[in-house]
Amino acid sequence: MALQTTITGAEYGGALVRALKSFALLRESWIGMIGAAIIIFWSLVALSAPWLAPLDPNAVIQAFAKPGAAGPDGVTFWLGTDHLGRDILSRLMWGSRTVLFYAPIATVTAYTVGILMGLAAGYRGGLVDDILSRISDIILSFPVLVLYIIVIGAVGASGVNIIIAITFASAPGIMRIVRGLVLDLRNRDYVAAAQTRGDSDWRIMLVEILPNARGPLIVDACLRLGYVIITIGVLGFLGLGLPPPDPDWGGMVNETRQMAIVFPHMTLMPCIAISSLILGFNLLADGLREIALRD
Amino acid sequence: MLTLILRRVGFMLFTMLVVSLVLFLLLDTELAGDPATRVLGQFASEHQKELWREEHGYNRPVMVRYFDWVGSFVTGDLGISNRYRAPVAEVLWPRLWNTAILGFWTFALIIPISLVFGILSGMREGSVLDRSLSVTGILTTSVPEFASAVFFSSVFVFGLQWLPGTSGMTDGFDPVQLILPVMVLVVYDFGYVARMTRASMAEVMTAQYIRTAVLKGLAYKTVILRHALRNALIAPFTVIMLQINWLLSGVIVVEFYFAYKGFGALLLEASLNNDVALLEACAMIAVAVAVGTQTLADIGYTILNPRIRFS
Repeated sequence: MALQTTITGAEYGGALVRALKSFALLRESWIGMIGAAIIIFWSLVALSAPWLAPLDPNAVIQAFAKPGAAGPDGVTFWLGTDHLGRDILSRLMWGSRTVLFYAPIATVTAYTVGILMGLAAGYRGGLVDDILSRISDIILSFPVLVLYIIVIGAVGASGVNIIIAITFASAPGIMRIVRGLVLDLRNRDYVAAAQTRGDSDWRIMLVEILPNARGPLIVDACLRLGYVIITIGVLGFLGLGLPPPDPDWGGMVNETRQMAIVFPHMTLMPCIAISSLILGFNLLADGLREIALRD
Repeated sequence: MLTLILRRVGFMLFTMLVVSLVLFLLLDTELAGDPATRVLGQFASEHQKELWREEHGYNRPVMVRYFDWVGSFVTGDLGISNRYRAPVAEVLWPRLWNTAILGFWTFALIIPISLVFGILSGMREGSVLDRSLSVTGILTTSVPEFASAVFFSSVFVFGLQWLPGTSGMTDGFDPVQLILPVMVLVVYDFGYVARMTRASMAEVMTAQYIRTAVLKGLAYKTVILRHALRNALIAPFTVIMLQINWLLSGVIVVEFYFAYKGFGALLLEASLNNDVALLEACAMIAVAVAVGTQTLADIGYTILNPRIRFS
């Protein structure tokens, strides 16, 4: 029992050290570092929003306050309030939770589906490949936003439906990348060794091939996270996002844009927030790609 | 060559057919909610819904309705929009024309800007221009269209008061109202095309035959214009054609923000108001444009690329 614990402890430590080491590689690219810093900043804000946010994000206090204005009971609206009198700073902080909750989940589900499809298509080939490739060709021929509007318009806007729609629209693209990588990797010696050993197809795909395809996939995942955040923002902006009143950056822009001529701060703040977060992911992807190319 | 074109066009038609079936199942059947409720609203009585179904032929079998819809669609009868109370075609064509104007100017700016910057920075990898282009590209593609629309509006509409904030074109066509929408689209899209051009140019510049051309003493200008550009512009051609697909998404956001009476705003409006016939027509056109440009890109790529020959 004790032995067991030490072994798992050591393995866990090993994995942690490896993760830290690969993170230290990022130091070589200052662009990647800036990106990582922005993402860490927003993640911390999202995690600590309940303690960090000065006010309740849905509480109606005092409408149309300018940034820095003093409110009742000695509170200060650092970024002003919106048309309903809700504190924008608190809404931004809580809104980061919405984005950083749904975007990674949607990306992970899209990757799970896309990777499984890509592995099957690339490794099995033949009819499986033909069918899966045709299906993705058809889905990819849709202009993305048109696809979202139709799917979400038909099934209704909710968190789960947004995740399903994003998975549906992104999985084919991921499948294409994975399929291309697998076509190359499946002819390697270690795959032949595993086949000779008598490993099952899925074991070969998941244990032998997938870990060796991770490099390009990590870079793509970063870029895709950025796109998913854009998508969630755009859907909120078009009124197809999460139902009110809970804060969501795209929705905040949509609610306040009619008043932007008099109160630009209401609209500008969420725009700056979402752009900076997407910039973080794009910079990180660029840094990772740079490091990957160097090796 | 002819087989390739035939195969591509055949696949295009097949895609359109599948898409039409999916659209029909999603919007016009009970699969995702009762169409009668969708049109009449959730407070309509069962009797009203039944009357509506009978009147619009919704009591017939699904396949009959589908073929009926495809048949009338192909012959140009797009149905009646229940929001505008007018034939879909009448509502659709003017909107499509407006979007075509928007798209034309966007491309007229994106193509020269991104090609020039992409080629110049691809010629000298790692130069100041190259570095700044790659940072600019990351910056501009990180700002979603609705955010850059807000930023530009705050500067040019609210701040400097140079441009109008909406592009409704209520008093006839006004080119000034086109500036901001085009600007938002160009800024979002040019970075990507420029980076692709740059990558393609940089790859060509490291090729053996360019080194040969330089070493045999050709003028640098000749090497670039005669040898490098030809091959370097094949990839950007495809990228630009495929960009139409992305542009369609951007057009929806921009038209919605600036209240531009175009096709994208119409599609969104149709979806938000459950105008099924209008939405189906809009979606089919969007897909047709997307698949059509992809087909053209594929065929064009084969014609342009000297390494692919079909005997």
